[in-house]
Amino acid sequence: MYRFIGSALALTCACALPGAAEEVSAFTLDNGMDVVVIEDHRAPVAVNMVWYKVGAADEPAGHSGIAHFLEHLMFKGTDDLDPGEFSGTVELNGGSDNAFTSYDFTGYFQRVAADRLGLMMKMEADRMTDLVLTEEVVLPERDVILEERNQRIENSAGALFGEQRRAVQYLNHPYGIPIIGWKHEMEQLSQADALAFYDQYYAPNNAILIVAGDVEPDAVRAFAEEHFGPIPPNPDLPERVRPGEPPQLAARNVTFSDPRVSQPYVVRTYLAPQRKAEAQQSAAALTYLAELLGGSGPTSLMGRVLQFEEKTALYSSAFYDGMSLDPTTFGLIVMPVPGRTLAEAEADMDRMIARFLEEGVDEAAFERLKVQLRAGEIYKRDRLQGLARTYGEALTSGLTVADVQAWPDVLQAVTPEDVMAAAQTIFDQRKSVTGYLMQSDSPVEVTQ
Amino acid sequence: MIRLILAASMAVVLSLPARAEINIQEVTSPSGLEAWLVEEQSIPFLALELRFQGGAGLDAPGKRGAINLMTALLEEGAGEMSSQDFAIAVESLAAEFRFSVNDDSLSISAKMLTENRDAAVALLREALVAPRFDQEAIDRVRAQVVSSIQSDAKDPDAIASQTFQALAFGEHPYGTVKDGTVESVTALTRDDLVEAKGRVLARDRLFVSAVGDISADDLAALLDTLLTDLPAEGAPMPPHVEYALDGGITVVDFDTPQSVISFGQSGMTRDDPDFFPAYVMMQILGGGGFSSRLMEEVREKRGLTYGIGAYLYPMDLAEMIVGSVSTVNSRVGETVQVVQAEWERLAADGVTAEELDRAQTYLTGAYPLRFDGNGRIANILVGMQMDGLSTDYILTRNDKIRAVTVDDIKRVASERILPEQLHFVVVGQPEGLNPTN
Repeated sequence: MYRFIGSALALTCACALPGAAEEVSAFTLDNGMDVVVIEDHRAPVAVNMVWYKVGAADEPAGHSGIAHFLEHLMFKGTDDLDPGEFSGTVELNGGSDNAFTSYDFTGYFQRVAADRLGLMMKMEADRMTDLVLTEEVVLPERDVILEERNQRIENSAGALFGEQRRAVQYLNHPYGIPIIGWKHEMEQLSQADALAFYDQYYAPNNAILIVAGDVEPDAVRAFAEEHFGPIPPNPDLPERVRPGEPPQLAARNVTFSDPRVSQPYVVRTYLAPQRKAEAQQSAAALTYLAELLGGSGPTSLMGRVLQFEEKTALYSSAFYDGMSLDPTTFGLIVMPVPGRTLAEAEADMDRMIARFLEEGVDEAAFERLKVQLRAGEIYKRDRLQGLARTYGEALTSGLTVADVQAWPDVLQAVTPEDVMAAAQTIFDQRKSVTGYLMQSDSPVEVTQ
Repeated sequence: MIRLILAASMAVVLSLPARAEINIQEVTSPSGLEAWLVEEQSIPFLALELRFQGGAGLDAPGKRGAINLMTALLEEGAGEMSSQDFAIAVESLAAEFRFSVNDDSLSISAKMLTENRDAAVALLREALVAPRFDQEAIDRVRAQVVSSIQSDAKDPDAIASQTFQALAFGEHPYGTVKDGTVESVTALTRDDLVEAKGRVLARDRLFVSAVGDISADDLAALLDTLLTDLPAEGAPMPPHVEYALDGGITVVDFDTPQSVISFGQSGMTRDDPDFFPAYVMMQILGGGGFSSRLMEEVREKRGLTYGIGAYLYPMDLAEMIVGSVSTVNSRVGETVQVVQAEWERLAADGVTAEELDRAQTYLTGAYPLRFDGNGRIANILVGMQMDGLSTDYILTRNDKIRAVTVDDIKRVASERILPEQLHFVVVGQPEGLNPTN
């Protein structure tokens, strides 16, 4: 199988999540800050992460991109640290650091020798409350995020297409707005916007500390109480309620053409339930559904029929990721062989959905998936930072540590009947969004 | 609000971080195959890394793309198993096999559970020794490769790096793309793929590392089971090639808002006596993180880009220094000027004692942090073997970093950093440039 890398399809692996096998402890500081400790003593390394329960979907209207812009500005100094000194100090201690923003969370992390943990927490606690910004650093950084948008989105037809599809998928919920922001709004983002967002959302009662590696929970608790403990909670923290989607009454279609497209494809998405606290069964069934329809190329239904038997598709896949605060999507992709139209590819996709609904679950494939999901728990324990991220994403998406630890069992409890019920609910043509990515007629000139 | 007194303690560089405690065993199988092993029994699986030196660089003349296509077909059926039978067998064992190739090596990264390791090894052996190369699979995977080649032709990042490589290395395998061209891949036959396998998948090219839940004795037996039926010798290695590009600016016109820029000059080998001074020097100029000179000047001060880096790039058969940056078309002229100015400043003045101290602290502190995870360690160990390093390198590497002086870097910078040789390939519709093409 040849892997299409970087083709901007944004595929999601429905891999298993870790179970109770790793040693995890959790507690809450008096000011409301949650702490999760994941022990792994194989190497003298620690990952220190602070996750805020705020992301792009929490932004004020008209200021898209401010959550991500603030993430950049968090490296630009405090009352005690000069711009760049945070990362510089991490480097001086042999560590590396970075940050990330999504719809439901903003996270900051350092990867350091385990004996530097206290210093990392001290600096994170400092910038939780004492950020200092000046025009001198804010304006060049706005150019940086505009270049980031150019690099990630504007230079990629596939990424622009994805942005358009998402905007059509979500009529009312802010998941329809790009995380990095619409360009015209990013250009107007100001220091005052960033500080207002910071003051509203950056507080211990809106944060989660996750420490993973060669650490002891008691020591982590002592550091956390020393550095974060004194910070008062924000009593005015808004509740996380985003505008909901109205019922979808009509199928929606997006056609995007660009001269930079070489390989046309069709993508279909349906609004789908996310994993919810103590109610992860629907998400677990959809996880199987994605794998059975379009997981493994040679053995999933779409791959087996369209790529191997009929040879009408170069590539096909189904994707679903249940980790989301609000409703997410279930998606399918078919990339037709040359000479086959996107309308034909869409018909192939519909035929596979119909066939699945008619034939039901392939029991042998279903059992193999269970084995793989169990093994995934073992393999995942080898990737410390990935484990830490799993907890961070879950706890900022409305789940608890108990939900994360229950997830492998929830997956193992899924039955073929559950999968069919999920499929019956999801595949409603009137509730679909179908996108065509096409080559535009004008050929591109690549000359020297 | 509690005031934190941070500044004093943060200026202090604390004592050196812990050393990596990696106990490497050198294992030799009964038939004489060698591997490096780190036993780690806390998680019941094994990470196994195989590398065959030469990789796609061993493509026969006129058969560019054969080794790449062959590599993609290794998991498409073997022995009595069709593509789908093989996939079902792998899934049933929950093993993971990844096959990949570049112009220096063909890599196989395997993960297998302790509970069914023998069955997983038997399956992987079939893929290495008896791949079927069925015509059906060849045609299907070939169509995917052709699609990928056509996508690269419209991807500014791919165009930039491919153009740079072609200018620097011409007809040598390094100057062309491992995927081949649409024409060369379309012309490949099953016989070409069988021959391609024999050129690269041979025991005299092989390096192996294993990390995880396995004893030395069991690994020795595993090596013989897995690998003794491979041929003894592969095709001769291609010749060394000299970097052949002068300074200048090459523009590839491409209608996209942000120009993608590859830049570079000649480099040095991994065993060059000046490798460590050059390595630390490049960390200061363009290394990872946020504090390199290029990040400071291009991103932090001017907001010209999201990211910029430059580093030594020693391949098996040629050496370069390479970097990349992207910026909106209207600011390309300024970006290129800043990079040129940093090249000139480094060549003329070297680095400061403070910069050196920071880089040494970072590099020596970060090194032991790399060794977390069986998969990561296996990857590092096989790379060390390919670089001709011994197992005790892990204990001496940081001393070599610390031994570098300001004077070493000043000399190396003046000899090896060549502003007049620095070449830029710009893909986009840049403004403010005087291209030389």
